[in-house]
Amino acid sequence: MKDFINAYSWINIHYLLQGLWITVAVSVVSILGSYVLGSILGIIRYVNIKIVSPIVGLFIDIIRNLPLLLIIFFTYFGLPNLGFRPSSVWATILAMTVFESTMIAEIVRSGIAAVDPGQMEGARANGLSYGQAMYHIVLPQAMKKMIPALVSQFISLIKDTSLATIIVLPDLMHNAQIVYGQNSTYILPMFLMIAIMYFIVCYALSLLSRSLDRRMS
Amino acid sequence: MIAIFHNYGSLLLQGFGQTLLCSVIALIFSLIIGSMFAIFETTPIKFLRVIARIYIEVFRNIPLLVITMFFFVVIPMFIAKINGFTAGTIGLTIYTSAFIAETVRSGINSVDPGQMEGARANGLSWWQAMRHIVLPQAFRYVIPPLGNQFINLVKNSSVLAFVAGFDLMYQGNVIASDSLNTMSTYICIGILYLIITLPLSYWMRYLEKKLA
Repeated sequence: MKDFINAYSWINIHYLLQGLWITVAVSVVSILGSYVLGSILGIIRYVNIKIVSPIVGLFIDIIRNLPLLLIIFFTYFGLPNLGFRPSSVWATILAMTVFESTMIAEIVRSGIAAVDPGQMEGARANGLSYGQAMYHIVLPQAMKKMIPALVSQFISLIKDTSLATIIVLPDLMHNAQIVYGQNSTYILPMFLMIAIMYFIVCYALSLLSRSLDRRMS
Repeated sequence: MIAIFHNYGSLLLQGFGQTLLCSVIALIFSLIIGSMFAIFETTPIKFLRVIARIYIEVFRNIPLLVITMFFFVVIPMFIAKINGFTAGTIGLTIYTSAFIAETVRSGINSVDPGQMEGARANGLSWWQAMRHIVLPQAFRYVIPPLGNQFINLVKNSSVLAFVAGFDLMYQGNVIASDSLNTMSTYICIGILYLIITLPLSYWMRYLEKKLA
């Protein structure tokens, strides 16, 4: 019990919260980046442009099927071979954005494919161009169907930022390791605390997605 | 790149084997545990439903790395010394089983409830009806999502690199720091991962289309 009280002193908690802030900040930037990039890739894959779409499709399939950890290593340790040397924060954001945008591309593609093709035909028959019909008619409906899958992808993105500990991103996991590295009696309290912090962030997001889903349907 | 395969072939092969071994062990156990919790969630007994719900929500919302490091760092302090491979496999099993439970549960729910009622009306007990009537139909629905879970499992097995599990990713780091050619080493490692995951992912897409 005394270990817990000592471990949860304000200095340690404050340090963990700083880590949590980095985790959240990196996640938010990666979520925004991968959402934009993923939507573009997904739409390109869906609309079947000659030559471009198969190449994008191959790129998506390859990146999707690699471990994120490998991509993080590649950006941080591999890219300097080419003369590009990102800091650990930017390497994480870059790796996460590339990896997650391929996951999101798949979600977007299957979301668009799930919209009744009659919607597109009807919009075209009413005189909208392909782009207009896509933007005003098909995408909003696809979006509704995609929300649960998108949010669970974002949740796994937040959890996966912990992998960047290995390239010394000062995130929640990393800061906890530093705290319990000073005193071995802090190990159990620290693990409990970071588990609770991750859980609160991720569970709040999943509750949000459930309520969004309910309101939209 | 060919030089990497040539010079470090045995290390790569060892890592490849270790990754496969860990993924298959974790898959078997997480299928058993996941199906168990999925059945718990659909039982009429409230206590079991609550237990299953807590298990699934907790382990779906905590990073795999935290679970794995817990087994690698905390368990040896209080219970027994375990090596990195075991800690990693246990962590993977627990994490994946929560996702599999969710998948199997939605499979069970997508089976027409009339099937259960009909089976019960014909004199089968709840468990008999579940085992012989509902589950076989549910598993048909969930094969593609389970395949995707297995692909995720193979990718996630790279956390073994954190706990010295001697998997593909770990050996990759060893080779990268030995050969100093990080770029081509990671490309080689990527190719080896793709050998497992890419065919599986195309196969699952084919099955999805066929079943839909």
